[in-house]
Amino acid sequence: MKVEQISIFLENKSGRLAEVTRLLGDGGVNIRALTLADTTDFGILRLIVSDKARALEVLKKAGFTVGTTEVVAVEVPDRPGGLSGILDSLGEEGINVEYMYAFVEKSGDDAVVIFRFDEPDKAIAILRRSGVAIMAAEKVYAL
Amino acid sequence: MVQNQKLEFLPRSELADLQAERLRTTLRHVESSVPFYRQKFREAGLKPDDIKSVEDISKIPFTNKQDLRDHYPFGLFAVPMDKVARIHASSGTTGKMTVVGYTLRDIDTWAELMARTLACAGAGKGDIVHNAYGYGLFTGGLGVHYGAEKLGATVIPISGGLTKRQIMILQDFGGTVLTCTPSYALNLAEVMEEMKVDPSSLKLKVGIFGAEPWSEKMREEIERKLDIDAVDIYGLSEVMGPGVAQECVEGKRGSHIFEDHFIAEIIDPETGEQLPYGERGELVFTTITKEAFPVIRYRTRDITSLDAETCVCGRTMVRMQRVTGRSDDMLIIRGVNVFPSQVESVLMGIEGLEPHYQLVLDRLGQLDTLEVQVEVTEKVFSDEVKNLEHLGKRIETDIKEYCAVTCKVKLVEPKGIQRSEGKAKRVVDNRPRQ
Repeated sequence: MKVEQISIFLENKSGRLAEVTRLLGDGGVNIRALTLADTTDFGILRLIVSDKARALEVLKKAGFTVGTTEVVAVEVPDRPGGLSGILDSLGEEGINVEYMYAFVEKSGDDAVVIFRFDEPDKAIAILRRSGVAIMAAEKVYAL
Repeated sequence: MVQNQKLEFLPRSELADLQAERLRTTLRHVESSVPFYRQKFREAGLKPDDIKSVEDISKIPFTNKQDLRDHYPFGLFAVPMDKVARIHASSGTTGKMTVVGYTLRDIDTWAELMARTLACAGAGKGDIVHNAYGYGLFTGGLGVHYGAEKLGATVIPISGGLTKRQIMILQDFGGTVLTCTPSYALNLAEVMEEMKVDPSSLKLKVGIFGAEPWSEKMREEIERKLDIDAVDIYGLSEVMGPGVAQECVEGKRGSHIFEDHFIAEIIDPETGEQLPYGERGELVFTTITKEAFPVIRYRTRDITSLDAETCVCGRTMVRMQRVTGRSDDMLIIRGVNVFPSQVESVLMGIEGLEPHYQLVLDRLGQLDTLEVQVEVTEKVFSDEVKNLEHLGKRIETDIKEYCAVTCKVKLVEPKGIQRSEGKAKRVVDNRPRQ
């Protein structure tokens, strides 16, 4: 149920992001979703990709520091208040959202949002109980 | 293993007599052959025969690096050039090169001391010494080379650089003893990892590392990564080259100074006063058997302390603790003395960090700034900004506590810091010269 996200440490200097996308492109890896968290000195690029193993291989070979994290892909109803309802049900149970970002692509009528929770398993159970759809990992990588 | 059973285990009282005798001989030798020393002794009202015991050495004036530079290239040689069999020179990273000479007997003495050194590290006949110290004017390569031959070992004169080829040769030729700088040993381990070479599949059993200061943490890391014993070697070309002192593999608690050839003292670098065993200060050497280039109370700028307790290996020769810094390396940052090795200890104290760092000094207005660049390894990387920021803050706090200097930590990508093919470049000082 959980989706594997890769994250990459980037120094804040020009050309590093381009280098990552070039390596992935040359390696035949498709980027499904991405977000960049940046500070004055460094950035953390988080990616959902079509082929995680291949992405790790090409990035590590090029000397990047790479990590993997389990995240949850949630189908959020594409209407006002759709996201708010989901966050409310999590907040009531004391689940923290470490960060989140949205997919560009939709899944049917729903928007797809990637969440990093402090307790992913508990979050999934809560969301299911509230009738929120969680996307299967294979479906996410192929989106 | 022991190269010289008698001298390395000499009772300290007998050693003192031998030293006093040899010291007088050396003083007579330099007084008659080197105008610089003759004049210095005259100014100090000193005659070689006034030196009755080793303790009297404190009456003799010091020699410092500038004196050596002032007599560039051969001004302090104590024999005519036709007796000089070889020339070496220091790298000259901090100024003009210092040039040293050896007679054939000096080269033989050096080989004997390097053989002792290798034996002290556990090597013997039948060992294969993979010698990755640089060959050339630098004393490292040839020093180890002659010692290994004298010991009866096989020597591979690989010299520095071409790391992948070195690893191939380690695999194919079966080196059992590795000699290089500690930072290069880590470089080798890293490249082995990239090449998927398992260090435990090699025949290496011990590494003798020196020519730059390193820490106890770095020893642990090298031993773990290369699956060997790692011991410290100390030497400097002005005194002889490698083989002035060597850590025994049994003790790993400081390097035995071969005191039948060198008299070691610790002094207060400010006052020049001799300090007792155990106290930290500047290391001073007097050579007592050299012919071509004797040095008298030479101030090394190296900061360490001496321990005269008999070692677990049984050697009576005094042990010098790790050099915690070279006063040439000492940085004065906003009036605080900082050694790069202190920063290294802090970094190695944090789980998951590698000893790859660089100190960048600059000046903002009238204020010195220190930036510590640290590589982010997979072990410390996190996908959350707050965790990495916390790591940076922790390093800053630890450095502040340990070194009493405020710094800014910059996390950088691995290999963002230039890798060593010899001595590691730890400091970039961009401050304007006074």
